[in-house]
Amino acid sequence: MQNQTADRTASAPALQPDNKRKTAMTSKTSDGIWGYVFIFPQLVGLLLFSLIPLISAFVLSMMKWDGMGEKQFVGLDNFINTFKDEDFRISVVNTLYYTVLTVPTGIILAMLIAVGLNRVKGKLIYRLIYFMPNITMSVAVAVVFMWLFNADFGLINLYLKEWFGIDGPRWLTDTRFVMPSIAMLSVWMGLGGNMVLFLAGLQGISASYYEAAQIDGASKWQQFVNITVPLLSPTTFFVTIMTIIGSFQVFDQSFVMTSGGPAKASYTIVFHIYDSAFVDFTFGKSTATAVILFIMILALTLFQMKMSKRWVHYED
Amino acid sequence: MQTRGLRLSTVLLHIILLIGACIMALPFVWMLLSSLKDLSQVFIVPPKWIPDPFVWSNFKTSLTALPFGRAYFNSFYINVIVVASQLFTCSMAAYAFAKIRFPFREPLFVLFLATMMVPGQVTIIPLYLMMKSIGWLDSHLSIIVPAALFNAFGVFLLRQFFRGIPKEMEEAAIVDGANRWTIYARIMLPLVKPALSALGIFTFLGMWNSFFYPLIFLNTPEKFTVPMMLNLYRGMYSTDWTLMMAGASIALIPVLIVYIIGQRYIIEGVTLSGIKG
Repeated sequence: MQNQTADRTASAPALQPDNKRKTAMTSKTSDGIWGYVFIFPQLVGLLLFSLIPLISAFVLSMMKWDGMGEKQFVGLDNFINTFKDEDFRISVVNTLYYTVLTVPTGIILAMLIAVGLNRVKGKLIYRLIYFMPNITMSVAVAVVFMWLFNADFGLINLYLKEWFGIDGPRWLTDTRFVMPSIAMLSVWMGLGGNMVLFLAGLQGISASYYEAAQIDGASKWQQFVNITVPLLSPTTFFVTIMTIIGSFQVFDQSFVMTSGGPAKASYTIVFHIYDSAFVDFTFGKSTATAVILFIMILALTLFQMKMSKRWVHYED
Repeated sequence: MQTRGLRLSTVLLHIILLIGACIMALPFVWMLLSSLKDLSQVFIVPPKWIPDPFVWSNFKTSLTALPFGRAYFNSFYINVIVVASQLFTCSMAAYAFAKIRFPFREPLFVLFLATMMVPGQVTIIPLYLMMKSIGWLDSHLSIIVPAALFNAFGVFLLRQFFRGIPKEMEEAAIVDGANRWTIYARIMLPLVKPALSALGIFTFLGMWNSFFYPLIFLNTPEKFTVPMMLNLYRGMYSTDWTLMMAGASIALIPVLIVYIIGQRYIIEGVTLSGIKG
């Protein structure tokens, strides 16, 4: 028995190099095939549901087509017509207004809450509650907020009257208040997601910075401005890019709560894309608008990446 | 003095955070409580939170007014198929991108990443026309197949996890003569279980809440998913707030339950995708 085991161990080193070379060789040639076997389903999906539609979108954006008859090549007419379209201009202004209302507020609030949460007990419970709106269905939330915002029977106005004696505005039916109302709903929904990212970013900041600052007699506020904000800037950068991209695509809330009204005051770019295709049946023009949206998002993201060198502080 | 000052600031902080938590939670509480009121209780000023008496009939009315049960079934089975296939196809692709050397690996991966930048609105009309030409409009296939076969974010997320697994784990198996499939299925997949659950929950929530795609692809109410049905329902009862709240509750309760059970994975998933992204 013992001899046998000794035999095997003795012969093993002799076998191994050969064995290793063989597997290395076969795995190199077969790995090329295995790689494609593994990515095959997703690669098919990428081609069929992303790349081909994307290329067709660029082609379609230069066609005139109502979805039924012949397609007709019109060059850049769809783009020119889109820019001339009063509705498109309204939708761009509304979307930009919405972005200005939601992005800075959303980010600053999320950062402050994360900083606050990071230093209290019961962080997990708070986190559970703050994150909750983030996972809920925008349609259902919009339904609930339609009531909360209702001018006559909504909770917000009832409590404004009850507690402060103020006659609240007609949130969703006043052109001046409809976008701020939708923005409030969006900030409420998005706060938790950003907060969680900031919390993770805060965990990455070494406590030694704060200890050193404390020894130097820096106040809490000075520590926040000079340590937390700069060291959190990579997270802030990521969150900013993601929220801006999201805010350019706002649709569900205004579709459900206001149908873009009153008087197109909550009519957004995606709403315009939807209307051009499925109300006016101008598929080419709708796609051209979507391509413009894509270019706007891309340009803005690249611009931010360029600017980020000035304010994003990466710790090495 | 110092400790008392500290304590005061902590108390203040808690008060602010509590007010914030109330703002986050009260819309849900109001929705749930109001769904159990009858309409006359809605118009009481100042608002009364606790229903008196409790009325269960709103749920009965909502569930019979529209085929919510059907919508639930639709959403549920679509989700199960999509989540299962995505976990499978995304993890396969992610494993290959992380661990296997094959020609054009890097450019292909960059292509996957680049598609994450394209807003869905750009491809929606070509997709709509594609579905129309193959007869999938108003069929669940138009929702299921694209989602099941393509999720660049999922591939990216899982790849980050596979990359974190040390080489030695598979080298031993390769020496033993195991092929790539065995390594993937037996060794690698069990190691990324937390990431798989995070992706599964993400996909579930994303699909469950998705409104834009079903709105464009589906027409007949029998085919509707839950958010579509709720939107239809909103059109029918836009003035009856208690019925609306019952409808919204029906749509939200399962998601809230999933969230409370899986919150650790969900929140960690968000965190990881954020940090690694």
